[in-house]
Amino acid sequence: MSLKGKKQNFKITRGEGEDSSMQDYEIELDEGMVVLDCVHRIQYEQEPDLAVRWNCKAGKCGSCSAEINGRPRLMCMTRMSDVVQEVDEGEPIDIRPMQTFPHIKDLVTDVSWNYDVAQKIKPINGPEEMNWEFNQMEADRVQHFRECIECFLCVNTCHVLRDHELFDDFAGPRNLVRLAQYEMHPLDLEDRIPEIKKEFGVEYCNITRCCTEVCPAGIQITDDAIIQLKERVVDRYYDPLQRIWRTLTRQKVRY
Amino acid sequence: MAEDFKKYEYDVIVIGAGGAGLRAAIEAARSGAKTAIITKSLLGKAHTVMAEGGCAAALQNADPRDGWKVHFHDTMKGSKWLANWQMAEYHAKEAPDRVRELEQWGAVFDRTNKNLINQRNFGGHTFPRLAHVGDATGLEIIRTLQERGIHEGIDIFMEYTVRHLLKEGDRVTGCVAYTRVDGDFHAFSAKSVVLATGGITRVWSVCSGSWEYTGDGHALALWSGAELRDMEFVQFHPTGMVWPPSVRGILVTEGVRGEGGRLTNSDGVRFMFDYVPEMFAGDHAETIEESDQWVEEVVSGKLATVRRPPELLTRDVVAKAINSEVKAGRGSPHGGAFLDISHRGEEAILKKLPSMHHQFKELAGVDISKEPMEVGPTAHYVMGGVLVDAETQESTVPGLFACGEVASGLHGANRLGGNSLSDLIVFGKRAGEFAAKRAKDLAQPVIDETQVQQAIEVMLEPFGNKGGENPGLIYDELRDMMQAKVGIIRTKEELDEAIEDLKNFESRRLASYPGSSRKYNSGWHQALDLKNMVDISYAATLAALTREESRGGHTRDDFPVPDDEYWGKTLNIIYMEDGEIKIRQDPVIEMREDLQDAIKEVKQMIAERAAEAGGGN
Repeated sequence: MSLKGKKQNFKITRGEGEDSSMQDYEIELDEGMVVLDCVHRIQYEQEPDLAVRWNCKAGKCGSCSAEINGRPRLMCMTRMSDVVQEVDEGEPIDIRPMQTFPHIKDLVTDVSWNYDVAQKIKPINGPEEMNWEFNQMEADRVQHFRECIECFLCVNTCHVLRDHELFDDFAGPRNLVRLAQYEMHPLDLEDRIPEIKKEFGVEYCNITRCCTEVCPAGIQITDDAIIQLKERVVDRYYDPLQRIWRTLTRQKVRY
Repeated sequence: MAEDFKKYEYDVIVIGAGGAGLRAAIEAARSGAKTAIITKSLLGKAHTVMAEGGCAAALQNADPRDGWKVHFHDTMKGSKWLANWQMAEYHAKEAPDRVRELEQWGAVFDRTNKNLINQRNFGGHTFPRLAHVGDATGLEIIRTLQERGIHEGIDIFMEYTVRHLLKEGDRVTGCVAYTRVDGDFHAFSAKSVVLATGGITRVWSVCSGSWEYTGDGHALALWSGAELRDMEFVQFHPTGMVWPPSVRGILVTEGVRGEGGRLTNSDGVRFMFDYVPEMFAGDHAETIEESDQWVEEVVSGKLATVRRPPELLTRDVVAKAINSEVKAGRGSPHGGAFLDISHRGEEAILKKLPSMHHQFKELAGVDISKEPMEVGPTAHYVMGGVLVDAETQESTVPGLFACGEVASGLHGANRLGGNSLSDLIVFGKRAGEFAAKRAKDLAQPVIDETQVQQAIEVMLEPFGNKGGENPGLIYDELRDMMQAKVGIIRTKEELDEAIEDLKNFESRRLASYPGSSRKYNSGWHQALDLKNMVDISYAATLAALTREESRGGHTRDDFPVPDDEYWGKTLNIIYMEDGEIKIRQDPVIEMREDLQDAIKEVKQMIAERAAEAGGGN
C-alpha cells in the first residue's frame, strides 16, 4: 500500500514533565516513511524546537526509543505502513516518550540511571597476555548479548522499574545483559555472582519476559541472560550440596 | 548582559566520544592526565556504531602471507599514493596490537578455527585482514571502549556541544560548549584539546552519516587557525540503500561483497568485470568461474589460490561503476544496481550479515537471503580533515590535536574499507598519548571571559531572529544542493554555482529562527550546525574546484583522468585568513627509501601471485 500523499494525524507529547500535554499535528506522508521521518517533518515544517533524540536513523544506535501507539519501539525502525494499520482511518498516531525515565522535554527522557548502574559493573578481568584463545561456540554465547544497542526499551518496559520503581535495588534488564556478557565470557576471571545477587538484585525479576518482547536487537534477555544468572545465583547460595562442599573445601565455585 | 557559565579545568579535553575520542581519552587518562570527554550525544551512540564490516589489521590469523608491509602497500595504493606515508606506516605496524588490546578489554571478535580473531576480505586489501563481529563491528568496538573508558577516571559530559575553541596567543587553551538538555553554557580550560568529532557527510542528502556528522571539528579547527588537507576527497560508498526514499543512503556493508556478493545490472550482467582500472589490472579475477572459486575457497576457510572478484575493487571504483551503469540506463528499478548474496544461503547470511538481513527486512521488505538488494552510492566518509603531525597527531595550532575521521592524512584520495576503525584506535591512542605529554609541562590556562562571552553571544544569535525561517528547512535544502552540485561526479560549472549558493545559505542561516526555548531545542542546534556545514561545504567545494583531475574520491567530468605529473604529487591545503576560507597547494613529500623498498617487495609478490593464478586457470 502506497502512503504517498496520505494525510496523517499525530498526537505527540509536548512540554516538560508535568506541564506536558498531547498536541495534534497533521502531515502528508511519503513512500516508505518511518515514524522518525514524520517527527522530523513536523519539526522541520511546523515546530522547530520539537525535542527528539536520535543519531543514526538505522536501528544501530538505540537513541530514538519512544512509545508509539502505546508500544515501546525505535522510531527509526517503525514503518508508517505498519503503524497506520494500528489505528482507525482518520485517528491520530500516538507518540510519547518512554514513561519509566524522568521526562526532559517532548520526546526526550533522562536515561542517565542506566549509565550510573553500568559504572558499578566491574570491567572484564582476563589474561594479561595478548592473543586470547577461545572458539566460535564460546564467542557465540557472548556475542548475542553484545548486540545490545542500549535503547533502554527493556528497562522502560520492566515492571520492577516502571511500576515498582526499584531503581536502587535492581540493575534492570540492560545491565543484567551486560553482567551476563562478562559472566559467560570464556576468559573472564572475576567472581560476579555475589553482586549479581545482592547489589544488582537479579532475583527481583519474575520472568514476565516483557523486556525480551520489546528488544529491537532480538536478544533473548530473559532466557539467555537473566534466567542463566538466576541459576548461577541459586547454585551458589541455595544448593545445599554446593554449600557443604564449599564449607568443607573452602573453595570458590567455578562455573 | 553577560550570560552565566560554569568553569572547569582539565589537562586534556577530548571532543567526541566515538572510537577515536574514547581511545584518546583512555590513553590520556592512563598517562596520568586529568581528562574529560565532551560529547554531543549520549555515550556509546556516536557514528562508530554504524561501522559494519570490520577493522583492518595484519594479524596474520586468516592468512599468514599478510604483514605490515602488505597493509602499508594496500593503504598507499588505495590512497592513490597521496596518503601521508608515515601515518600509513604507523597504522600498518600498530593496528594489530591495538586490535588485540580491544580483545583484552572485552571485545569478542569472530574466531578462526584455531581460536584466534578471524579476518574477512574487503576491497583493496590483498589478504583477509578485517577483524569483525558479524556485520556490527563498530558497535563492538565502541561498546568495548565505552566499557573500558568508564573505569579510567575520565569525566564524561554527555549531550554537550562545543562551539568554540579558546585561544591564548597561538595556542588552543580550552573550549566553550552548550548543553542540549537545558541550553546552559560551559567553559573548559585545557592544556591540550583533542578533536575526535568524526566527519562531515551530513552535508549531502544521500549519506550514511548520523546527525552528528555536521563537520563540527573540521570547522572548529579551521576557525581556530588550523589547516585542513584533502577536503575534495569524499568517499561515496558504492552500496547504500536506494529504496524506499526515507532510507536512501543507509549503509550496506562492503562485507556483503567480502562474503561473495555479486553486483549485476538490469541485464543481469556482472558489470564490475568491465570496470577494472589500469592500476588494478591483473589483480582481480577475470572470469566468473575464478570469482566463484575464490569465494568458495575463502568461505571454507582455505587460503585463496586464485584472484578475488572485481566487486572487491576499491570503493571509488565500484561507486563510479554503479553510477555509470545507472546513467547508461542499466540501473535497477529505483536507480541503483542489484547486489545479490542469496547464493550463500540463509544460514550463512544470518551468521555473517545479520544486521543487513534485519535492515532490509524491516525497512524495505526485502529478504536478502532470497532476493537481491538494490544499492547505490552514498556519501560515507571524508578523507579530508585536520592536517596533523604523523607521530603526535598535533595540528598546526599548538595544543590542538585531532584523530579519527576529523584528522587527515592516512587515507589520501580514497580510504580502504576497514581502515577507519583501525585508524581510530591507532591514532586515537597516539593523540591521547601526545596530548597528555604536551600537557605535562604546561600551567593551567586561565579562561578568558571575553572570549567566552563572545562565543555565547554567537550561540544566542538565532533567538533574535523572530519570524525567520525554520533552520530545518535550510538544513535540508543545503544538503540537496551539495548532493546535486558537489556529488560523486563534479564539473566546474556546478562547483561554481555551489560556491554562490553557499553564500546564499550563509545569509539564510543568519536569519533563521528556531523558536524561543533553549531547552532541548532541535531547531537551535540545527541553526548552529548550519554555520559549520556552510563553511565546511565551502572548503570541500573550493578544494574540488581547484583539483582539475580525477583521483579516488574526487571525480571531475571535465577532467576525467588522473594528472599524475602535477596533482599526483600535490595536496590542497585549506586555511582561514581574515575570516575568509582560502586554499593553497603543498607538494607531497617523497617516501622514505626503506618504505619504497617495502612497496616494491609487495608489488613483486602480488605480480607473482597474479601470474600463478592466471596460469592456474
